[in-house]
Amino acid sequence: MNKWKRAIVVGASSGIGEELARKLVASGVSTALVARREAELKNLAESLNGGSETGLARAYPHDVTKYDEAPGLFAQIASDLGGVDLVIYSAGAMPKIGDDEYNTEKDALIYNVNVIGAAAWLNLAAQRFSQQKSGTIVGISSVAGDRGRRGQPAYCASKAAMDTYMEALRNRLSTRGVSVVTIKPGPVKTPLTAGLGKLPMMIDADVAADQILAAAGAGVNVAYVPAKWRLVMTIIRAIPSPIFRYLKI
Amino acid sequence: MTANSPCDVLPVDRLERLEGWGMSTFGISHVYRPVDADGIGIALDDARRCGRSVAMRGAGRSYGDAALNSEGVVLDLTRMRRILDWNPQTGRISVEPGVTIQNLWQYTIEDGWWPAVVPGTMFPTLGGCLGMNIHGKNNFKVGPIGDHVIDFDLLLMNGERRTCSRESNPELFHAVIGGFGMLGVVTRITLQLKRVYSGLLDVTAYSAKNFDALFELFEARLPHSDYLVGWVDCFAKGADLGRSIIHEANYLHEGEDTRPHQTLRVENQELPDTILGLVPKSIMWRLMQPATNNAGVKFVNTGKYVSGDVMSNGAKHEQSHAGFAFLLDYVPNWKFAYKPGGLIQYQSFIPADRAKHVFTSQIELSQRYGVVPYLGVFKRHRPDAFLMTHAVDGYSFALDFKVTEANRGKLLSLTAEMDRLVVENGGRFYFAKDSTLNPASWAAAMGKERISQFAALKRELDPETLLQTNIYRRVVAPALG
Repeated sequence: MNKWKRAIVVGASSGIGEELARKLVASGVSTALVARREAELKNLAESLNGGSETGLARAYPHDVTKYDEAPGLFAQIASDLGGVDLVIYSAGAMPKIGDDEYNTEKDALIYNVNVIGAAAWLNLAAQRFSQQKSGTIVGISSVAGDRGRRGQPAYCASKAAMDTYMEALRNRLSTRGVSVVTIKPGPVKTPLTAGLGKLPMMIDADVAADQILAAAGAGVNVAYVPAKWRLVMTIIRAIPSPIFRYLKI
Repeated sequence: MTANSPCDVLPVDRLERLEGWGMSTFGISHVYRPVDADGIGIALDDARRCGRSVAMRGAGRSYGDAALNSEGVVLDLTRMRRILDWNPQTGRISVEPGVTIQNLWQYTIEDGWWPAVVPGTMFPTLGGCLGMNIHGKNNFKVGPIGDHVIDFDLLLMNGERRTCSRESNPELFHAVIGGFGMLGVVTRITLQLKRVYSGLLDVTAYSAKNFDALFELFEARLPHSDYLVGWVDCFAKGADLGRSIIHEANYLHEGEDTRPHQTLRVENQELPDTILGLVPKSIMWRLMQPATNNAGVKFVNTGKYVSGDVMSNGAKHEQSHAGFAFLLDYVPNWKFAYKPGGLIQYQSFIPADRAKHVFTSQIELSQRYGVVPYLGVFKRHRPDAFLMTHAVDGYSFALDFKVTEANRGKLLSLTAEMDRLVVENGGRFYFAKDSTLNPASWAAAMGKERISQFAALKRELDPETLLQTNIYRRVVAPALG
């Protein structure tokens, strides 16, 4: 049985977020689907509801970079669902960056989506759950946050920021009955990784979603998805910087 | 669906977790604590502007979701607790809705006046007592609290204020009392209290070996009692099913108490704060918790019944009004013994000729389900003139069930079966206690006529359906159609 009744999935129109939403709805959780692309979002909600008007999925088009709209939308969702006990931030941006490209515009998008958007939604979740004395906050970060890799400076930095932010939230909220779960997936087959060629230990979004919900249900602090990334990243983190810079990781 | 603009968002720091008293359900709400009608108006305006509903809450002593409003606005009226007028000659008192039963009796008893109707705990507010039209152990004799209300002021959702009494706005008077806060905000209440000539009651204890004996004893003692209440051991089976301890209490007549000024002192009414002068009661629930399970309660119940049967059957003693009335307050926070899942209370009201059959079946069912109530309380009632009344010419049986993760499903099936029994036998339910009722059972128990009258009043007085609670959405709204 599911421990949640009402969930918000931000970044629900594709990738891991979409799979998470599918599984939550399939297990009977009223789920608010939040994402930028309205058409995809509404199609997804319709397909999850199987044509029924009183289905568990509801679509809320929203661009996470417009973070001043988050409080109003969060309040609206909480009212529509009659409460919230799970908030998943799964929105992520990883534009293609060339080896010698230094593009502040792209970096700003990455930080806005991966860091500021996350803070906007998870701050609201944290504020509510600390009063509620229960609830689960899940942030989909990445193994990329563990090292500053040459290929994706801003993306790695944004995920490191998210990890530290989530850790701080956990330190604030764990004594108030709230679980704060940081998810660090390795490569997952999603639109985000499409066109990047063959990536190591790639898994399907469907498999990732199962593991994420299991970790969230258990209230794990930090979960690598799949779990073997924990060992891999422990080794990678241990590589001294003067050596790491010569590796094509 | 689009986002509201930020100015339409209620302040997040007003969010609070509010629980039903039984701790088995909760909601997150934006809580306002006004001190006057203007403050109520501000909360109503904020709610309207943001498209939220509003519920009233007093002390939060309803067991289930009657004072919850998930994601909406909650008007906590406990700061409106002034005593506005008191006449010690006539026993008439005017109060704000946040005044509690405790505030009331402690204010009036030294003048020789006691509230004519009190519930089993002194902590509810009078606003809540009116909304639920609470009853006491003397319901069979004096009716519910509504029968002792002279008048009240009602703030309507359109801002209008009406004074309601039996003479002026009688339809509203009889619908708002017992109308679970769905028609308007009561801002002032005038009550007629009961003259007492002593701070003590004459109490007699009896035992009954089963339901047959219990019903027989009640019918025999009713004409001679001011108060009558039965405690039932719900673990007893077969020939012992319904075995119980009964307490009868009677007021002392003028002159019987030779030192009334002493016995009427608040100090001499108050419940002791230690057990045997030693153990502080504040820690009692922690001592009870390890025994709050089937084996523990079965053992304690047997001890209670046997000792009552052997030592006190027919025994008389004197007891203070507060001591007799507020049995539930003897152990502070006793509900914590039911942690972590909390408890629900299931109380049904059954016509006298069907009551024995229904209550016997309810206990048998609960035993068959393996979900036996830890407390069973038995009372006699009489019909009253209020629209949404829960009373019948018959008996009520209130059953406390422990809620756990494991038994939740079974408990819901059990209460659904018990609901069918109640409906089939012309019984009623009571929102102050309910956590499990469904709209169809409630509608069947209440009857079409009362429901359509209530629906018409709701449409007239609150056309936007601004006033809502969780129980309203769970049970009432679907039944109103």
